[in-house]
Amino acid sequence: MSEQEYATLRAACQQMMPSGTGGPGADEAGVADYIDSFLGAFTFDPPRIWAGGPTSGRHGGAAGFADFVSLSRLDELAWRMRIEGSQGEPEREFNGPVIGLQQRYRDGLAALGADFVEVDGKEQRRRLRADDAFRELLWEHCCEGMYGAPEYGGNRNAIGWSYIGVEGDVQPRGYSDAEVSQP
Amino acid sequence: MSGAADAIIIGSGPGGATVAEVLTRAGWSVVIIEKGRNHLLDPTDLTRPAGDYSNDEIKFISRYFLGPDPLTEPRAFRRNAGEGEHTHVGEVNSIPTTVGGGGTHADGKVPRFREEDFRLHSAYGPQPGAHVEDWPLDYAELEPFYAEVERAIGVAGRAGANPFAAWRSGPYPMPPGAPMYGAVLSSAAAEKVGLHPYEAPTAANSIAYDGRPACNNCGFCAFFGCPIHAKGDPVALLTKAMATGRAQLMSETFVSRIITDGRRATGVEYLDADGATHTMDAGLVVVAGGAIETPRLLLLSGLEHPALGRHLMVHFQTIVVGHFPQLDLHPQKGRSVTHVHDDAMVQDDAARAAAAEAGLPWFRGGLVEHSGGGLPIMSARHSPWGRAHAQAMIDGDLRDHMWAFIMQGEDLPYATNKVDLSPSVRDARGYPVARVTYEPGAHELAASKYHGKILQAVLEEMGAGYVIHTSSPGVSYHGVGATPVPESRHVIGTARMGDNPDTAVCDRWGRVHAWDNVVVADSSVFVTASGYGPTLTLVALAARAAHHLADTKPTGPVAGDQTGDASPTATT
Repeated sequence: MSEQEYATLRAACQQMMPSGTGGPGADEAGVADYIDSFLGAFTFDPPRIWAGGPTSGRHGGAAGFADFVSLSRLDELAWRMRIEGSQGEPEREFNGPVIGLQQRYRDGLAALGADFVEVDGKEQRRRLRADDAFRELLWEHCCEGMYGAPEYGGNRNAIGWSYIGVEGDVQPRGYSDAEVSQP
Repeated sequence: MSGAADAIIIGSGPGGATVAEVLTRAGWSVVIIEKGRNHLLDPTDLTRPAGDYSNDEIKFISRYFLGPDPLTEPRAFRRNAGEGEHTHVGEVNSIPTTVGGGGTHADGKVPRFREEDFRLHSAYGPQPGAHVEDWPLDYAELEPFYAEVERAIGVAGRAGANPFAAWRSGPYPMPPGAPMYGAVLSSAAAEKVGLHPYEAPTAANSIAYDGRPACNNCGFCAFFGCPIHAKGDPVALLTKAMATGRAQLMSETFVSRIITDGRRATGVEYLDADGATHTMDAGLVVVAGGAIETPRLLLLSGLEHPALGRHLMVHFQTIVVGHFPQLDLHPQKGRSVTHVHDDAMVQDDAARAAAAEAGLPWFRGGLVEHSGGGLPIMSARHSPWGRAHAQAMIDGDLRDHMWAFIMQGEDLPYATNKVDLSPSVRDARGYPVARVTYEPGAHELAASKYHGKILQAVLEEMGAGYVIHTSSPGVSYHGVGATPVPESRHVIGTARMGDNPDTAVCDRWGRVHAWDNVVVADSSVFVTASGYGPTLTLVALAARAAHHLADTKPTGPVAGDQTGDASPTATT
């Protein structure tokens, strides 16, 4: 992602989840960083697709989420197809060409305009509304970046969970029977 | 590779794991072949957890951790043949493709069927357009196997809690777990409306049992693997089989064909994790891939039968959701579903009148699950973007203030609802994928409409501000959630059992009529779907088939007071 693309992504995420509305904005939670690290998952070893387990360390146990799970040959094929697209490689085109997320983001961010970060919020929202497919993709990933496990690069310091009063992962502590059954 | 074991078992889910456990207990050797990865058992000690499961919504919900990945293992879908080759390619009724199969992601509700579920034709009569038949066995024949597998996987429940339940030869192995707060309220409301809710029989430990810990109520049950192995199905069965030393597990191994010679299977052809092709000799082949992948493999293997792939049933889901701004229902605490009721499967005058009004001789609904709202990402996706988002999430209408009923409505067996091989769509290995052709019939829609109104009345009694109806697959009269692709993970039928080899694919023991040494051990063999989740019944059938092969007897129910100690020494 170029600097301009990243800046456009940040601004778009911030429109989806603005600051000062009773909760953290996308910037505070690092939502754009979540998306950036997902699109760049294969720059990590193992690729940042699946966080490890069984515990994160936030409620006891080891910080296992930080050790990402290695991918099998078929796992890698699937996730390279999804992120990078088929790129004309026969091994990835057994059911035809696949447009990857990297390309969809490149196209979607370009369609928002080179001046996206400079125009006012109303215009930014108008442009986001104009492209349903890209906005829905971005929204899906914004939600993951705000409310998914912090090990994936978003939800910084679990800020997305804390402002809505959820704890996210709770193993190995869990909940007591009384917490389950009482108001 | 040749002659590796007495039996090759294809699929490591509840059915395959059960067969492995019974056969190895009887002294047989087995090879379990699983096309998915092993995230369930520690590869250095296959009797222990792998440690890969976690409370991680991105991993399990967004990123297909349990498989199948719809890019490399897609399915094709259409509602009917008139729609052309297919209308959708991707995720269709996906059950996990991983060691442990469907048992890994289920929330562990394991009810038994009732007596009449095995003799629907005799009890209710025919239904236009559907092939409603009696099963070639009855409840009494299966009961000892129900008792054995409830004990093996560890089922928490209370005998006598459900007034409509079939008879039991003994109590549940352990008492029910903690009731969820929302379910306490919805059960009270249901009783006021005249229904009969009860603690759902659940394969999640309420106490330490058989070397596995008690569930600690983390809330990540449905669609997640259990990080502490408190869910017993099928991990308990797999680990027992592995502990005998007579079971070999081959994960990431895809069986592409059963090799046959006349009436006998002589082996299987398979692809290893690197895609290299091998063969393995076999004296017995057990197929347990689920009611979509099993007919796919039988079709890829050249089996021809007019009923093969037909009569696919998925449970037509009626979903009725209430909004409760005054209540904090905290559905993230507990076992996803702790209460259910069966009333929609019991005929009364009102249901008979509604069926007649719909022009049907009868209809049946299904088990109704009392269930809460969504996890954070899931609820956020359905919240507005922009300035209203944060407040919507703080309000938590889709998490803390929502309660729902999901009725797993009985599908009838229609020959037109089926699984066959896609003419054009392939998996990453180059093999034709399964194509699902499915649409609900008049029976499913009429039952859904009728029982949906009753469920609405319960939510209103509970204090709902408003109530929304939807279904899966979506239907036009609901207007929302209208995808025609069913999301139910209860896949049933497609290789039905029966004594007549002209109309049934398998015999009363699950053996393929045309092949003497191939046995199907999953819900493919069901003749009708009932409205109960299929897992415990398919596991009991698999145990029955395996005991028949090994000429052994089931061990029967757990003895004594169900509230007593059910520690390993008491139960094994």
